Amino acid sequence: MTASVAGLGGRSMRMRRSVAGGGLSLASGVGLGTALLWFSLLVLLPLSAVVARATTGGWGGFWETLTNPSTAAALRLTIGMAFVVTLVNAVMGTLIAWVLVRDHFWGKRALEVLIDLPFALPTIVAGLVLLQVYGPKGPTPIDVANTRTSVFLAFLFVTLPFVVRTVQPVLLEIDRDVEEAAASLGASRITTFRRVILPSLTPAIASGAALSFARAISEYGSLVLLSGNLPLRTEVTSVRILTYIEGGRNGNAAVVATVLLAVALFVIVLLDIIQRRVTRRG
Amino acid sequence: MASSASVASRPKAVSRPKVRRRGPLTYVFRFVVVAYLVLLVAWPVSLIAKQTFADGFSTLSTAFGDEEVTAALGLTVRVAVVSVLINLVFGLGISLLLVRYRFPGRRLLSALIDVPLSVSPVVVGLSLVLVYGGRDGWFGPGLEDAGFQIIFATPGIIMATTFVALPLVIREVVPVLEEIGTDQEQAARSLGANAIQTFRRVTLPAIKWAVVYGVVLSLARSLGEFGAVKVVAGNVGGKTRTATLAVEHKYQQFGADNLASAYAIAFLLAAVAVACIVVVSFLRPDVSEKR
Repeated sequence: MTASVAGLGGRSMRMRRSVAGGGLSLASGVGLGTALLWFSLLVLLPLSAVVARATTGGWGGFWETLTNPSTAAALRLTIGMAFVVTLVNAVMGTLIAWVLVRDHFWGKRALEVLIDLPFALPTIVAGLVLLQVYGPKGPTPIDVANTRTSVFLAFLFVTLPFVVRTVQPVLLEIDRDVEEAAASLGASRITTFRRVILPSLTPAIASGAALSFARAISEYGSLVLLSGNLPLRTEVTSVRILTYIEGGRNGNAAVVATVLLAVALFVIVLLDIIQRRVTRRG
Repeated sequence: MASSASVASRPKAVSRPKVRRRGPLTYVFRFVVVAYLVLLVAWPVSLIAKQTFADGFSTLSTAFGDEEVTAALGLTVRVAVVSVLINLVFGLGISLLLVRYRFPGRRLLSALIDVPLSVSPVVVGLSLVLVYGGRDGWFGPGLEDAGFQIIFATPGIIMATTFVALPLVIREVVPVLEEIGTDQEQAARSLGANAIQTFRRVTLPAIKWAVVYGVVLSLARSLGEFGAVKVVAGNVGGKTRTATLAVEHKYQQFGADNLASAYAIAFLLAAVAVACIVVVSFLRPDVSEKR
């Protein structure tokens, strides 16, 4: 049986199963219903409630919350810092992925663990550990506690894995013969990187960057102990939302939350478009 | 072919030294990367261990002598286990449905599944409060009249934790399900196996490791959730204060004992996180090489 026939067979089989598969179709239908119900109760409905609550005050209420000096400052700080951190990640993440794939040295395996660690480390612990080194009592003269630099540092820590982990598999797949061809035709290493390697990495870097941006703007836990949460200075958006919640002002909290959700949604759509474009190019 | 690139690079380097030669740039890159990771991750994380064991085991024993701390750790473990189980069952089901069936809205569902990864934990907490909050939530007052308190109680903590860790099992299992295809499942079915037998004897063994990674990652995420839990938990010591909330609480209290407890809990949480990552990275060396 040739591959294409097998593929076709597989597809028609799958369609038949889901359309007229008798007992299985019923079972899978019930399964799908249950899964959707749970997903709606846990995720979709609560998130819609945030948007619904945000719009109860109309555009006026929306605008009023967003132009509150503290809220506006928090949004500016969060989005601006997330942007800078994402740029740093795009460069450093690619470099780290490059070294992990192309270089071989003792202890490389340990670096792999270090990269995933920010993903698994509880964010409150992340803030605490950063404070140990870069806080007032740390072994370094650097003290970032209660400054904007602490926001930068915390974002950098929690977003570390994203670009590395999206670029690494692509870099592994790249055919090295093309690089050798470029080099043998007289291209310098920089030219080879710029003209041959970088174009094939760009989609991966972009999607990793989008993920790390989304992660950074939503960060909360690592900043609690580190940034001092000073309104107008070091307060990020998530802290601002929590301040509203604790003050019993869920409506204002929902407005700011909706802005964050909109940015996250935008990033997810962007990611989907990038990935679809890459698969189409094949 | 590309899969063998990293393995094949060494022998090739001998035959074609011009291209494969290690320039000074290689060492500069290596140094920059190692220094960056040490300064950003390794050094800070190792200091927490140093802080905890600065005076031997007394920090840990002080912490474990504190009932509030043991209650917080117990609550965190219970919540994490329940939420991992929910996400395991739900994740396996959704993965099978997404990969093996075609239904309207499938692409949309697949995209929505990833949403919890990019929602701020605080927003997760807020969203649950707005629906299940006892005072003015959509369902909260009704549920509380019926005797179910969700927000400021354990069910709310479990829901928040489940929410944030929801995509992790699915993200691990879906690619593997897609890769193994349906040939073996169809063979099993044509030989007379029923759906459950096919799943247990054919599908499950093939996706076993993906499920294990998904569970380990979910466990790490569930044990460490902070922001979402903070909003829904109410942070009552001994009742709704989880381990991560206890770190914050103890750190902000005065006194050496409280600080010691904060370090001890943080160390335990960090140790579990490191263990989870090490387990995953050592269980799947060939996957990352082959991909």
